[in-house]
Amino acid sequence: MSSNNSSLLLKNIRLIDAGQNRDEKNLDILLRDGKVAEIAPDISFAADQVIDLDGAWVMPGAIDLHVHLREPGFEYKETILSGARAAVAGGFTSIACMANTRPVNDSAAVTRFILEQARSAPAKVLPIAAISKGMAGEELVEMGDLSAAGAVAFSDDGKTVANSKLLRHALEYASLFNKPLLCHCQDNALFADGVIHEGLISAAHGLPGIPTLAEDIDIARSIMLAEYLKVPIHICHLSTAEGVRLVRSAKDRGVKVTAEATPHHLFLDERAVIDLACGEVLDDSLKPNQLRYNTVTKMSPPLRATTDVSALREALADGTIDVIATDHAPHEATEKAVEYELAPFGVIGLETAVALGLRLINEKVLTPLELTARLSLAPAEILGLDDRGSLAVGMAADLMIVDPELEWTVDPEKFYSKARNTPFAGWRMQGRVVKTIVDGKVVFNL
Amino acid sequence: MLQTEENSVCSAQDVAQLLKRMAFEIVERNLVSEKLVLVGILTRGVSLARRLQKIIGETANRDLPLGVLDITLYRDDLSSATHHPVVRKTEIPFSLDGVTVILVDDVLYTGRTVRAALDSLIDFGRPQSIQLAVLVDRGCRELPIAADFVGVSVPASAQDRVMVRVEESDGFDRITVMPRDSTSGE
Amino acid sequence: MGFERKDLLGTRDLSAIEIRSLLESAESFKEIAERPLKKVPALRGKTVVNLFFEPSTRTRTSFEIAAKRLSADAVNMSVSTSSVVKGESLLDTVDNIQAMAPDIIVVRHKFVGAAHMIAGRVGARVVNAGDGANEHPTQALLDMLTISEHKRLGPGLTVAIIGDIAHSRVARSNIWALTTLGVTVRVCAPPTMLPRELEKIPGLVVCERPEEALAGVDVVMMLRIQLERQDRLLFPSIRDYARIFGLNRQRLDLAAADAIVMHPGPINRGVEITSEVADGSRAVILNQVSNGVALRMAVLFLLGGQSYE
Repeated sequence: MSSNNSSLLLKNIRLIDAGQNRDEKNLDILLRDGKVAEIAPDISFAADQVIDLDGAWVMPGAIDLHVHLREPGFEYKETILSGARAAVAGGFTSIACMANTRPVNDSAAVTRFILEQARSAPAKVLPIAAISKGMAGEELVEMGDLSAAGAVAFSDDGKTVANSKLLRHALEYASLFNKPLLCHCQDNALFADGVIHEGLISAAHGLPGIPTLAEDIDIARSIMLAEYLKVPIHICHLSTAEGVRLVRSAKDRGVKVTAEATPHHLFLDERAVIDLACGEVLDDSLKPNQLRYNTVTKMSPPLRATTDVSALREALADGTIDVIATDHAPHEATEKAVEYELAPFGVIGLETAVALGLRLINEKVLTPLELTARLSLAPAEILGLDDRGSLAVGMAADLMIVDPELEWTVDPEKFYSKARNTPFAGWRMQGRVVKTIVDGKVVFNL
Repeated sequence: MLQTEENSVCSAQDVAQLLKRMAFEIVERNLVSEKLVLVGILTRGVSLARRLQKIIGETANRDLPLGVLDITLYRDDLSSATHHPVVRKTEIPFSLDGVTVILVDDVLYTGRTVRAALDSLIDFGRPQSIQLAVLVDRGCRELPIAADFVGVSVPASAQDRVMVRVEESDGFDRITVMPRDSTSGE
Repeated sequence: MGFERKDLLGTRDLSAIEIRSLLESAESFKEIAERPLKKVPALRGKTVVNLFFEPSTRTRTSFEIAAKRLSADAVNMSVSTSSVVKGESLLDTVDNIQAMAPDIIVVRHKFVGAAHMIAGRVGARVVNAGDGANEHPTQALLDMLTISEHKRLGPGLTVAIIGDIAHSRVARSNIWALTTLGVTVRVCAPPTMLPRELEKIPGLVVCERPEEALAGVDVVMMLRIQLERQDRLLFPSIRDYARIFGLNRQRLDLAAADAIVMHPGPINRGVEITSEVADGSRAVILNQVSNGVALRMAVLFLLGGQSYE
């Protein structure tokens, strides 16, 4: 995405940008040379392209700091290119990809490979490097080398770093480079062979359960380390009420902890395992045949109890949870079409996240401004990206244009992602990304 | 339950007469058979068999053992049945080997029920002979089956439904004929 | 009225009417085992495939005998669970079998939901013979058939289920069916084998000690302690388990004077139940087995006897 000399004028917008604390209608926005040049009512400028948006919402492009692009090594599930296409279709202009590829992204060579593959991608791809070599949890990676090569953060996501001494050193060392550590919190022994949340559904159906304890113990450990060392730490895919309490009280004590929640954890609970529809009125033609034990309800951490979902929504509203991140985890259809206990964990989310975010606005969990904070401003801050996350003049021209009234139904067959493993098939949505712009160029048009 | 469109062919008194005559015929035909049993086909055949058992006991002083036969598992129309068949208990608490079985049913029509009953009885043992006693023979056989003892012949077309009501299950005794597409009745 | 589903996958979703109609049908099949010719032509020409991914001689044999007594053609398939070993996924295996047009497929599998997956995939009628720790409906139904020979199956009846509840599909299927009929069910297990939040199930009473569960109870159901479980962290030793949870004469005396003792088999003598009790007059364990054949005949007949619209 090198600079270009073209200009694009978007007229008649409602600008929503937490970074500028602005939610205003009847504005125009001028994009020049890949940056935001001017925001004002009625800009008259002879731009190369002028589009009248007729009151559509313009928000900073969403930034997903938790995506699995599967390349190198698992290109049959997704590639950097297909993942990036899915991203912009969903309004994401930057995506940070996790390191659990094959080979693991634990060396500058792999980071450079990812960046090379991403050159032709419509979204900006930011590699996250592993914390430990091979993600084996034993030796630290060469963080300096990886930072220089372009890694924006470190994470062994998919796994926890079980060895507390190693995690300590990782936190200490990463602070040298000002790169955050993104923590997948899981006590392996307590997780054991669990496949769904340990609660009423697992008790009633004999499915091995994953207790909230398995996550909370590791969240507490991670927070305590960060507090002791006085370094920042980021908690991935928070799913428990107790986890929320731990993060909230840590923040109150001044610990530099941030947390993310996924859209699926904000909308679905354990009952989806036995009834995928669970209260939602699904489009008949698009709803899945199998509503019970459908493996699109299987992910780690699992869908939890309704009390956990309520706590997550509250935390999202009050900012305890800083970020909405998808944990987009593509799998091939045949891989997921096996017995529930054998299926791999993970669901995709890039193409439904923003629409679900709009639903959070409708359900009065977030204001439009707050949504842009969770989707764009906070992720940019956490990753230390100072040229995006807001549409202030001078920032990169990365935007998503949203029609908040547009009604549509989620049809996985139409996804740009290679994968189809979404739990939202057949959901009727109101509000959709209609255009996505990266560095001033339209990269997605509905 | 009143059937306004049905024609009563035999009243309760008629039925009693028919059964008395049939009992007499059964005894007369089987004077020398020592091992004689009654087997009724569920449901109404059983009620009728019980009555025959009582009459024969009182008039000929013979105590005939009684068996109850459910033929659901031997029907030839299971796959095409749209209703869900209810299987009832078969109880034949005696051996059928070398025995003369008087098989009792209410109506003889196509013969398929009797065919199923014969298959079932033969699976139970090897009777010396089987004789068929029916209260009503309405003709229109689809299989070469004939009754040995008939209460009354009521020739009827395929459009008609011939019904036997018995006090034990219906509250009264009657033989009726009515058009098949009549809305009343079962 | 009665049982009108395509498949029998569990007792959880069955209504009281469906359960009672299944039990009534099963009653009528009992006497066939007493005939000299133990065969009726009801399912003649129908194919019943026993698709067992988990080893099991008794349940499979029970289904096989049931099918054959109905004159059906019974085919046994023992398949390895690991698709890595046989190189074929569950759905591929099932598609292959469906291509041979079976009428009924009886499935036992190590993992929860396998029978549901298969039922959704094939036109054949599916009977769940056990899916992981989830359900084993024919076992629960034959248990209820056995109970109904001695007790009135309804509100006022108390049943104690004692053993590894967490991993028991027999426990779950029985819990659903019994509570649907208004029976009070008491479960008892070591804390490590008692799933969390079980007490939220209506009609269920969770007891910490077997003595509580047994006090005045009408039916005692002992579950097999899985000796082959890899996860030995669940209880320290068999001796310990037998001492605290085993059903011996003294514990049985706490139950009602006419209480009956049941066990899905195979029994571990001296572990969950002593030989004295297992062979005693109150045990109806062998009746469970013979009722199993009658019950399975009823199920196969109801599913295979007519086409499903």
